[in-house]
Amino acid sequence: MHIVKLSVNGETRELPDLDPETPLLWVLRDHLGKTGTRFGCGKGLCGACTIHVDGAPARACITPASVADGKKITTIEGLEGRVADALRAAWSAGNVPQCGFCQGGQLMSAEHQLRTSPAASKQARDGAMEGNICRCGTYTRIRSAMDQASAGLGGEK
Amino acid sequence: MNRRKFLKQSLAGSFTLGVALQGKTLIARTVQSITESLEEDWSPNIFLSLASDGTLSIIAHRSEMGTGITTTLPMVLADEMEADWERVVVVQGDADSRYGDQNTDGSRSVRQFYKRMRQVGALAKHMLIEAAAKQWDVPVSECIASNHMVVHTKSKRRFLEFGELAVHAAKVEAPTPSTLPLKEASERKYVGKDIPIRSIDAILNGSAQFGMDVRLPDMQFAVIARCPVLGGTATKWDEAAALAVPGVTKIVKVPFATAPYEFNALGGIAVIADNTWAAIQGREKLNVQWEEGAHASFDSDKHHQELLDSATKPGKVVRKNGELTDGPPKGGQRITASYQCPHLAHASMETPCATARITEDSAEIWMTTQAAQGAQGRIAEALGLSPVRVTVHITLLGGGFGRKSKPDFGVEAALLAREVGAPIQVVWTREDDIQHDYYHAASAMHFEANLDAQGKPTSWLQRSAFTPIGYTFNPAAKQGGAGEMGQGFTDIAYELDNLQVESCDANSHLRIGWLRSVCNIFHAFGVGCFTDELAAAAKADPMLYLLERIGFPRNVDLDAMGVSYGNYGSSLEESPIDTGRLRRVIFKAALMSNWQEEYPLLPQKDGIRRGLGISVHRSFLGYVANVVEVAVSKDGALSIPNVYVAVDCGLAIHPDRIKAQMEGAVVFGTSLARWGEITGKDGRVVQSNFHDYRVARNSDAPASIEVAIIENEELPTGVGEIGVPPFAPALLNAIFAATGKRIRSLPLKNHDLGSSD
Repeated sequence: MHIVKLSVNGETRELPDLDPETPLLWVLRDHLGKTGTRFGCGKGLCGACTIHVDGAPARACITPASVADGKKITTIEGLEGRVADALRAAWSAGNVPQCGFCQGGQLMSAEHQLRTSPAASKQARDGAMEGNICRCGTYTRIRSAMDQASAGLGGEK
Repeated sequence: MNRRKFLKQSLAGSFTLGVALQGKTLIARTVQSITESLEEDWSPNIFLSLASDGTLSIIAHRSEMGTGITTTLPMVLADEMEADWERVVVVQGDADSRYGDQNTDGSRSVRQFYKRMRQVGALAKHMLIEAAAKQWDVPVSECIASNHMVVHTKSKRRFLEFGELAVHAAKVEAPTPSTLPLKEASERKYVGKDIPIRSIDAILNGSAQFGMDVRLPDMQFAVIARCPVLGGTATKWDEAAALAVPGVTKIVKVPFATAPYEFNALGGIAVIADNTWAAIQGREKLNVQWEEGAHASFDSDKHHQELLDSATKPGKVVRKNGELTDGPPKGGQRITASYQCPHLAHASMETPCATARITEDSAEIWMTTQAAQGAQGRIAEALGLSPVRVTVHITLLGGGFGRKSKPDFGVEAALLAREVGAPIQVVWTREDDIQHDYYHAASAMHFEANLDAQGKPTSWLQRSAFTPIGYTFNPAAKQGGAGEMGQGFTDIAYELDNLQVESCDANSHLRIGWLRSVCNIFHAFGVGCFTDELAAAAKADPMLYLLERIGFPRNVDLDAMGVSYGNYGSSLEESPIDTGRLRRVIFKAALMSNWQEEYPLLPQKDGIRRGLGISVHRSFLGYVANVVEVAVSKDGALSIPNVYVAVDCGLAIHPDRIKAQMEGAVVFGTSLARWGEITGKDGRVVQSNFHDYRVARNSDAPASIEVAIIENEELPTGVGEIGVPPFAPALLNAIFAATGKRIRSLPLKNHDLGSSD
């Protein structure tokens, strides 16, 4: 059997006994102990498991390990850089989280949006967050924090 | 101090001010007098621990599901103690009856523990001051505590750090906490301030530990195939096919529960595997044949009709003022209306999940639970152990909303861990969560009012039929008791000479449980919308009409009327139904929304119809008014540009978290009003995941939610639930204002808001 090889937050991991069809969510959580990627729906509906595969957001719960074979995976634990810093600062300043369960996924979506489309309109920015459910209802604060982070990075307030 | 050491200390014997000497020796001290002085089994002396380096560990004994309570209560203690928050470590407490109640629901945490946390802080402060005075050989009256130290005020030169005093303070005779003076409002240091929530960094870097993040050596994962019809059992399943899935290690039958279901494990066929995915895959292969049982005929269409029929017939009278009249006075009118709300699922982002490790004579459970002590009791019972042999660790909760008050999933984990002989984590998939919940009641309400020529009600009848929570504990239960009827129905605070409130029967086919705000959701909906209907019939401004119904500021004395009413466990003397406070939040919300200028002539633009709606509700001893602004397009697309919330929750301990709860409540209300609906067909719950049990997404949330907190020094109340009830009626009243459409059943997705012109 082909051995799946993943680079997770810069660390290369080989998974010899892994069924390559196993969704990345469970590979991360159960095989690699990266529990910051959360299980919310298992169907790609809620965004709690959002990760980056080669820098692009993916719902880990419906992304088979085989798809990411040899690719770079970033999880919330490994999310770094100027944009991530600005977002975390804005999230903190705005006291965004309530229970916090979905916030890792929210940040993964937000980081990709601000990193790849720094000049996007506020509307486009908010649109990028549509796939991430927050049952506590922190949306208005998420939007404000995105605005603040975006402005700090030189984008539209 | 690390958590393990701290717990060891607190379990070794109760102590007031345990200290670490040379990092090793622990001094523990029992202060029996404190425990005895309190009316309940509650030991303030186990809430804090002061180390000689000044680190103050404060126990958060309630569960954190997003309200901020594990920041707020320790903050209250630290404030009263004059401790420096920067030197406080909050430690999550396990299930332990010495903390007093830990059941984090009913919006009770602040209500029950605000004063107690202050007393613990005052006690610790007193002992530190005494210790310092003794050191200096000066009168206690010359010493004060300030910012983590005790200062000799007379000399102004001498001071001792709290940490330096810990060992001496532990020897001080502890007075009865209630004899100690508490701080004046002007001396508050953290209360009223927006302290960052304790787990925010861990949340933002992914290291926060929720129930599902617990990892133990050699643990296995389990998912359970439960019968899709309540009360059914499995007759046949393909064990070999499930075992053939790589990673699946065992198939275990969990005994099927029979009514009353209480908090027992529902039962089912469990698939055990070395990872969650394999367990889920294995379950797919089980191909279970079910014997469905008595509820197989449950059908929501019929059930809703049954509830409506019940509410339109006379029920049990639970409140009566004056006499109802048949017809309206001369020149008046008679208005009748019925309202319906469906079952709801909690759908917290983190599904139920528990991890258990069992030995022959003990059990250790990690759980995303709102009810650690309840879990401890139920698990002990299921395993045949004494509760003291069952340790329940409370993890962070990825939401709760009442679902995690029910410890059935902890019982499942415990039973499976014993059967398998390895630590087990039971994971509920989203489908399990939506289809096997303890559902919010389905309801129907019926109203009949006679209005005089001026539009004032001269006779008011209201009936409520809903699936009672009692059904979960007694299959014969058909009505809610005083507690559920008292959630926004028997306690209607209107000035009505002739009022009758009736409770009607309802049959249940699902496990019924409490969900954020409970019966207040539908009762506020019925009362709030009917009031708006009457205002329209009377051709009155709905805000002014609402104020007129509430009448002059007074306390509604249900006791004097002989009405059986729970008042959320408080007395009416201590926490009256104060119509003055209802009026105040209405005034405030109206002012914020510029109601008098705007209503009712919101300009139409590009075919977009706009409208404002208002509603007010008292629940869990708090008062909240909402004004909602809607915009409805010609084809019926709804958006919510603005929501104005005025809240009176007594003393505002943590304004930012109060605002956060109000914002969240508006979004929660948006979800339930627009899409929230669990239906049954052939005995089974139809919905299964977020595609068909829709909750609000980013763009669905109101564009702006403005929250104003009424400042006062009344007893502080919890805020987790009070924001939800007024939202749905305010929203529907706004839709009426915008479109002229009177919608009497939730959710909105079943109605067309489009205009024909």
